[in-house]
Amino acid sequence: MSDRLDVRKTYKLLIGGAFPRSESGRSYEVTSADGAFLANAAQGSRKDVRDAVVAARGAQSAWWAQSAYNRGQVIYRLAEMAESRRDELREHVALAEGVKAKDAKATVARSIDRIVWYAGWTDKIAQILGSSNPVAGPYFNFSVPVPSGVVGVIADQDSSLEAFVDSVLAPIAVGNSVVVLASERRPTPSILVSEMTATADFPRGVVNVLTGFTGELAPTLAGHEDVDGLDLAGVDDAFGDDLAALAAGSIKRVLRPDHARETSLLRLRAFVETSTVWHTIGQ
Amino acid sequence: MSDDLTKSQLGSLTYDAAPESASIAHLQPAYGLFINGEFTDPSSHQSFETLNPANETPLAHVALASHADVDRAVTAARTAYDTVWSKTSGAQRAKYLFRIARLIQERSRELAVVETLDNGKPIRESRDVDVPLAAAHFFYYAGWADKLDYAGYGVNPRPLGVAGQIIPWNFPLLMAAWKLAPALAAGNTCVLKPAETTPLSALLLAEILQQAQLPPGVVNILTGDGTSGAALVEHPDVNKIAFTGSTEVGRLIQERVASSRKHLTLELGGKGANIVFEDAPVDEMIEGIIDGIFFNQGHVCCAGSRLLVQESVADEVLRRLIRRVDQLRVGDPLDKNTDVGAINSAAQLARIQELSDFGEVEGATRYTSTCALPDRGYWFAPTVFADVSQSHRIAREEIFGPVLSVLTFRTPEEAVAKANNTNYGLACGVWSEKGSRTLWVAQRLRAGVIWANTYNKFDPTSPFGGVRESGFGREGGRHGLEAYLDV
Repeated sequence: MSDRLDVRKTYKLLIGGAFPRSESGRSYEVTSADGAFLANAAQGSRKDVRDAVVAARGAQSAWWAQSAYNRGQVIYRLAEMAESRRDELREHVALAEGVKAKDAKATVARSIDRIVWYAGWTDKIAQILGSSNPVAGPYFNFSVPVPSGVVGVIADQDSSLEAFVDSVLAPIAVGNSVVVLASERRPTPSILVSEMTATADFPRGVVNVLTGFTGELAPTLAGHEDVDGLDLAGVDDAFGDDLAALAAGSIKRVLRPDHARETSLLRLRAFVETSTVWHTIGQ
Repeated sequence: MSDDLTKSQLGSLTYDAAPESASIAHLQPAYGLFINGEFTDPSSHQSFETLNPANETPLAHVALASHADVDRAVTAARTAYDTVWSKTSGAQRAKYLFRIARLIQERSRELAVVETLDNGKPIRESRDVDVPLAAAHFFYYAGWADKLDYAGYGVNPRPLGVAGQIIPWNFPLLMAAWKLAPALAAGNTCVLKPAETTPLSALLLAEILQQAQLPPGVVNILTGDGTSGAALVEHPDVNKIAFTGSTEVGRLIQERVASSRKHLTLELGGKGANIVFEDAPVDEMIEGIIDGIFFNQGHVCCAGSRLLVQESVADEVLRRLIRRVDQLRVGDPLDKNTDVGAINSAAQLARIQELSDFGEVEGATRYTSTCALPDRGYWFAPTVFADVSQSHRIAREEIFGPVLSVLTFRTPEEAVAKANNTNYGLACGVWSEKGSRTLWVAQRLRAGVIWANTYNKFDPTSPFGGVRESGFGREGGRHGLEAYLDV
């Protein structure tokens, strides 16, 4: 038994519910924090980004059309999938981030609990952010939060799981679809989560995760006209400035990391729009 | 027969002129910049004339704010923020805003006349819409100033600091109210830049702020042109930019502030679709379409500039619409009977003409009102284009004038698809007596505001703003506070 050879996994992209290698055929070596070989991750291309945006756009309306209750259950199922693979997550967080097993275990626990927290938001956010508005006239006037649409996420480079979960789950919980660029050097925990989404009943294309070089891919995502929002968690200030300027081309909603506050609903508010309906009242 | 009869009867009816008096305006020959509570000369000593677009006569000289003036105003706002306004309790701020609301009401007739003279909009509109809504906006946000803990952003939400606010020429006083009232309620100080062609009502508002004894520097008002606005956007000591205007300029502003940590809200252009189903209440619908596109000469970012009519009623709707367009009274904005006033500027008139000409070139069928137009001033007769296709420029680009493009659809799905076939997303209208269908459509429209069996309604309690390239952030309601709080 002891000389049994491990069956290694190929780490792939997640685009439109499928797990392709990069259309470019490229890969890059991912190592653990102490330099040991971990994987040849797919080196996603700009074409992969564009394909992922198309998949995300196609999936968003179906995701939003589901009941809030249903969306909550799908996200909760993601937590169930993560729970059953928490040892694997812990191992990869420890390898990727170079932290002790005990700390990695705590990170995984917090991350899964965070997914559960978001699962509970889907059918409450409208009551928190919405309103009925007492206009002066014979109208029933109400405001509801609706998703911005497709959100591009450049995930945190250091926090390979916990920050990834926040950046990805917040926009999804309020009805967006996402195209995520995983941490360039520490992608394996996010790839594991991408695999879990495939068994959590998300419509194909709601979650798309790409690995590769952030510097190469992020401008395509930031400048893409069919992306409505951009989370710049994983880029430094100077590169973030460049990407925010690109995002202005189609008036994207941009979330900069220095805006983020753990204790507020900022992440949930970042990629929702307020839709206000005036309905006449009469006999 | 009955149509002919109606037409001949109406044709024989004329309206006597019912002019409001221009002398109520009490305009001064020249105005300075309102900085630190006083009107001061611009550092460059440069000024420009603001015209009455209805007859091209000069109304007053206003100062052109230079880079140095912007700096002075921002410094005054920063000092007022640090030393006074951030230490003024919410209850006290509320009372200043209530005072301002009351002062606007007291001087409402004067404000309405000034607005009409400077903008060209009918006095009926400035009197019944712009000025009362401006007062209502201050009244509404006044009450929020000491209740911010309850606004849903946690306890003791903090203001952002100094807000730079740039507003357009279509609703000059109302846009000033939309910007200033929530900003002040939330505890910010302001530098407001009114549009180049419509500075006067903001300067009257400055007088009102003096009468309200608002502490100096809490609001500063800088008249000027695009360079003044750009200087405000780029000033390093401004914490927040709020801009209402074109998507083109909004894009530039977002790009400019990308490398700063300024907060930003944008209320930009639109290409609103008014969707008419076959069961729509006919009279209300025709009036709603008319109001949707010809209100304020079509100088409305949320104008219903695309009419989507269900095929089964398209011919009838178009016939009635054209008959109604012919009855619109176009002319002297000060006449209380006027429906459609003057185009705000020569530049805007040229843009409307260019796009309308393009509509003909691209093959749409043009119908223009036969109304007589005054000899002087900037005028454009109400115009309807039929046989418009989605690829036509008049169906894609914001014209910002009294020009309606009519398209047709068969199914609700097609109506939604066509309505959403734009990069904009500000407002849409839905006309149907079937409430379930109206809400079905409303859920699928990508727009910040949806009017069902009405159009162009505004209220201080109702959040207004766009999605997609119509901008982000909301003005009005509890939601409007978020734009001025650090949350």
